[in-house]
Amino acid sequence: MASTETIDVEIWQGDANGGAYRAYAVPAQRSQTILDVVTWVQQNAEPDLTYRFACRVGMCGSCAMTVNGKPRWTCRTHVSKAGDGPLRIAPLRNLPVIKDLVCDMTEFFDKWVGAGGVFKPSTTRDDPIPAIDPSTVERAAASEAIECINCAICYSACDAVAQNDGYFGPAALNRSWSLINDIRDAGRTERLSAAAGTGGCFNCHSQQGCASHCPNLLNPTLSIAGLKRAAVKAKVRGEI
Amino acid sequence: MLDVRLYLAQRITALVMAPLVIGHLAVMIYAVQGGLSGAEILARTQGSVLWALFYGAFVLAAAIHAAIGIRAIAYEVAGIKGTALNLLSLGFGALLLVMGLRAVAAVVLP
Amino acid sequence: MIAEHRQQPLWFAFALHRISGLLLALFLPAHFYVLGLALKGEAALDGFVAWTDNPMVKLAETVLVFLLAVHMFGGLRVMALEMLPWSSRQKTFAALAAAGAFGVAVCFLLGAL
Repeated sequence: MASTETIDVEIWQGDANGGAYRAYAVPAQRSQTILDVVTWVQQNAEPDLTYRFACRVGMCGSCAMTVNGKPRWTCRTHVSKAGDGPLRIAPLRNLPVIKDLVCDMTEFFDKWVGAGGVFKPSTTRDDPIPAIDPSTVERAAASEAIECINCAICYSACDAVAQNDGYFGPAALNRSWSLINDIRDAGRTERLSAAAGTGGCFNCHSQQGCASHCPNLLNPTLSIAGLKRAAVKAKVRGEI
Repeated sequence: MLDVRLYLAQRITALVMAPLVIGHLAVMIYAVQGGLSGAEILARTQGSVLWALFYGAFVLAAAIHAAIGIRAIAYEVAGIKGTALNLLSLGFGALLLVMGLRAVAAVVLP
Repeated sequence: MIAEHRQQPLWFAFALHRISGLLLALFLPAHFYVLGLALKGEAALDGFVAWTDNPMVKLAETVLVFLLAVHMFGGLRVMALEMLPWSSRQKTFAALAAAGAFGVAVCFLLGAL
């Protein structure tokens, strides 16, 4: 459907040293996503506009940007859902900018590891695969915390991250909680030690900005509350 | 910034204070009716072991709770770190404790 | 101006909790100082208590009562969130905490008038 209507779009461009918004008029389309808009600008107006995307269907978690002040997955956010007025598209908050809309995700993934986000097997490949009963409390809790696509939207929405350099953030702690509930995992003690430390779960103020922005409707605040209980119990019992 | 020890101290003092705050609010709403006077306050509190324990516990819990709260705000909002943060937090807690216990003594000692 | 990403009820609950806590903490030294006046005898305390008959002071006291009540109710909500099985009704609980604190403050103001 060709259209003569256009959308007013402002896209932030720059690098770690600063930048500014530049304005474009992008042809309006039916069912147009924010990512479609950014792609149109890159292909038609600003060839060196830098942004990141891969799957375009909400699986890979690489296209998150700040749209009208809120972190969003741009491939699955329709222009019509982004609010009134001109579209303002910027890189994610709380992460260093490399160029334009692309952030350096290093600290995000370093914290993922720091919080104990790497599975530690309790058996070897020669052992039988442990059976996990889907009706257990642990499995239900793990199920609520998986499906994270590492888009860093929660990390970008979190004020505790903004105010505290060392804080692991919602995604990493949510991952930790999913592993705490994995009966095959052998890393519980290290994980709870990390959660109980200065970068850990006790920095969370339960504002639920993470939960209200998560595109996959996960609730990291719930996971972090679980970590708080588990870490307190472990501390009282002298396990950590 | 908050580790498990500070978190526990914050939450335990909060739990201790919850019933004390309810008591304090109830006394305030009761006592303010018909106007306050120094005599009325002191008549209630002077020589009372119960009020001494009530407000003594309240002051202790509030001093710890507020010191940790101020610590979190100073770090998150003002970016104060390290020794300065410890001094601010401990100093504020000590100030509240000393002033608070002095106030309790003032109203309960006959 | 409140940032876009903060415009949700539970951020306002957080902000109310933090501001009430900070104001209460800053109020406490003054509160303790005044009560400490009783050490110098009843007259010193009475002099201050008489000042509180001023309607503006009564209004300020009502605000303090609200701050104390909302910090307690809000704190109980946060501890319930952290310690009890998860409830998805946090926005309702936060609203109830604010409403309850408002009720307590109104009770105080009606008694004080």
